Amino acid sequence: MEKFGRLTAIVAPLDRANVDTDAIIPKQFLKSIRRTGFGPNLFDEWRYLDVGEPGQDCSNRPLNPDFVLNQPRYQGAKILLARENFGCGSSREHAPWALKDYGFDVIIAPSFAEIFFNNCFKNGILPIVLPEETVDQLFREVEAQEGYMLTVDLEAQTITKPDGEVIHFEVDPFRRHCLLEGLDDIGLTLQHADEIRAYEERRKQEAPWLFLHLREIAEKYNQI
Amino acid sequence: MAGKTLYDKLWDEHVVRQEEDGTALIYIDRHLLHEVTSPQAFEGLRLAGRKPWRVDANLATPDHNVPTTELKGGPETIEDPISRIQVLTLDKNAREFGILEFPMGDLRQGIVHVVGPEEGATLPGMTVVCGDSHTSTHGALGCLAHGIGTSEVEHVLATQCLIQKKMKNMLIKVDGQLQPGVGPKDVILYIIREIGTAGGTGYAIEFGGQVFRDMSIEGRMTVCNMAIEAGARAGMVAVDEKTIEYVKGRPFAPTGELWDRAVEHWKTLHSDPDAEFDVVIEFDGAQIKPQVSWGTSPEMVIDIDGTVPNPDYESDPVKANGMRRALEYMGLEAGMKATDIPVDYVFIGSCTNSRIEDLRAAAEVVKGHKVSDRVEQALVVPGSGLVKKQAEEEGLDVIFKEAGFEWRNPGCSMCLAMNADRLPPKKHCASTSNRNFEGRQGAGGRTHLVSPQMAAAAAIAGHFVDVREFL
Ligand code: SF4
Repeated sequence: MEKFGRLTAIVAPLDRANVDTDAIIPKQFLKSIRRTGFGPNLFDEWRYLDVGEPGQDCSNRPLNPDFVLNQPRYQGAKILLARENFGCGSSREHAPWALKDYGFDVIIAPSFAEIFFNNCFKNGILPIVLPEETVDQLFREVEAQEGYMLTVDLEAQTITKPDGEVIHFEVDPFRRHCLLEGLDDIGLTLQHADEIRAYEERRKQEAPWLFLHLREIAEKYNQI
Repeated sequence: MAGKTLYDKLWDEHVVRQEEDGTALIYIDRHLLHEVTSPQAFEGLRLAGRKPWRVDANLATPDHNVPTTELKGGPETIEDPISRIQVLTLDKNAREFGILEFPMGDLRQGIVHVVGPEEGATLPGMTVVCGDSHTSTHGALGCLAHGIGTSEVEHVLATQCLIQKKMKNMLIKVDGQLQPGVGPKDVILYIIREIGTAGGTGYAIEFGGQVFRDMSIEGRMTVCNMAIEAGARAGMVAVDEKTIEYVKGRPFAPTGELWDRAVEHWKTLHSDPDAEFDVVIEFDGAQIKPQVSWGTSPEMVIDIDGTVPNPDYESDPVKANGMRRALEYMGLEAGMKATDIPVDYVFIGSCTNSRIEDLRAAAEVVKGHKVSDRVEQALVVPGSGLVKKQAEEEGLDVIFKEAGFEWRNPGCSMCLAMNADRLPPKKHCASTSNRNFEGRQGAGGRTHLVSPQMAAAAAIAGHFVDVREFL
């Protein structure tokens, strides 16, 4: 996973509560064999006027001009401003995959669904919980000012507004460490690579039959 | 200090690192891969620029999407585009990462849980994982085996480890002797009916007692396969002489001096006499009759000489509601006899019951009979190319075909209908698979879980019958 640094970016306001994982990425797109490429189908039913099919080229589809991500002023947004209970519904990791693939690195909301919240961290997205009033105020400012940008500093746990006001946010120290260092579960486990290797060395002595090389044996069999 | 259970021993041998909060890093000896749950894991590796930690610990074979009818060519001729892409992607990933694969067309290809033990890729005492919940099957060989999700598939590929918390110990003890016509499938259906689909949640189940000691290794696989249907991620049986005999001479089994050392260790893979289990449940094997599921959960099971239960007599309102819904979906009346349930389709196959002993048992019942006119389709789908070949050498294919069964190529097939083999809406299927969920074998289809003998007898009668009358 990439290290999460400081970020200054356009903010897109999604003014709906209880946005569920089916809205984030409708289920017909789950049959894909990939974890990237979901970006064009993010919020598919809201974004396009037709019904999306998996594998379709989205560049020619009719856009819903009213949907926030289709408005020119929000192009290039990396921060999503959302309402309460964002990401409810199923546990599928396709939802954060789609958000990340579209380009979102930060989601700010008054509350998140729990599994989605955890899945965000696993996939390099920082979900930030702020009080309802603060989120309300941000919605007002974003909508009032074109080109509105926020600076998110994970290290300092701050959000800086264009007027210079600084908002502090909380984040689990362990999660913060993982994002800053670019560690996913695999990255974390690989921090113990020496221990894994030591275990393997010991087991090769104790139980060498567990380390027979499948491929080599299969090739030998094929020659017989 | 109390002794250790089999699960304790397997766990302790595989702990790489223990955290204070109880999570542990567990080393994985064997990782099996198929085409449905692996593509995103491989892509994850690629995106992160990672390599598999230990290529030689992995074995791949396509099964879920594989057509069971003859193809014009290789996987590129699979008609369904999504099935085709998944199978081709597995081939490509296996090639790119250097993982041993038995691709379509290879005699060794088949359902991953049939292939692993058959090849000796699953050995006693191993930790075995696969992105598939029925990985519990491999516990029959005295392994710690369970299913994992796609993120974990990637984790195992990259680190050869899994982050786990230890489960609790449950012993299910079935003593006594089974009646003729009652097999491993009946035993496990009976157990699930008694303890419920959540009965094993949070536990590793060890199956012990006379019935499992007497049971063949393939029978034990049928039982462990469905541990997950009882809520337990892992089921297992202690290693005995039969286990060692089964493993001997298989392609990936150790040989020579290594074999002797392995056997010496494998003989310790049983629970100590003074081991303490968190829960012990006991049954009398002699009481078990042939079983058939009537509803849409693997605990909705009755004796073949029983009747479909009445929700009005169920005191738990949630359960009663579930029963009503199931009756409606299955198109059955409360109080009707199990033997009055009609059969339109028959499916003999799946990782539960597609091994040679299953096919032999079914063929024995079928021999000299014809499939009922009422039955629209009766399929036999061997679990692997090698099972198919063996069955043909024994003439089982002829017995099935003469009776009116279709003899297919190996794969998961109508167990979950990802390929072209589907159960149509409202049709009743006597199925040797493991899940009777709504729509599992095809949208609207009505699955009845039974043993291979019972499926064979039902095919001939056109309704469920007591296979004991056939013997
Ligand atoms: S046979 Fe059925 S249960 Fe077994 S692996 Fe295939 S789909 Fe899953």
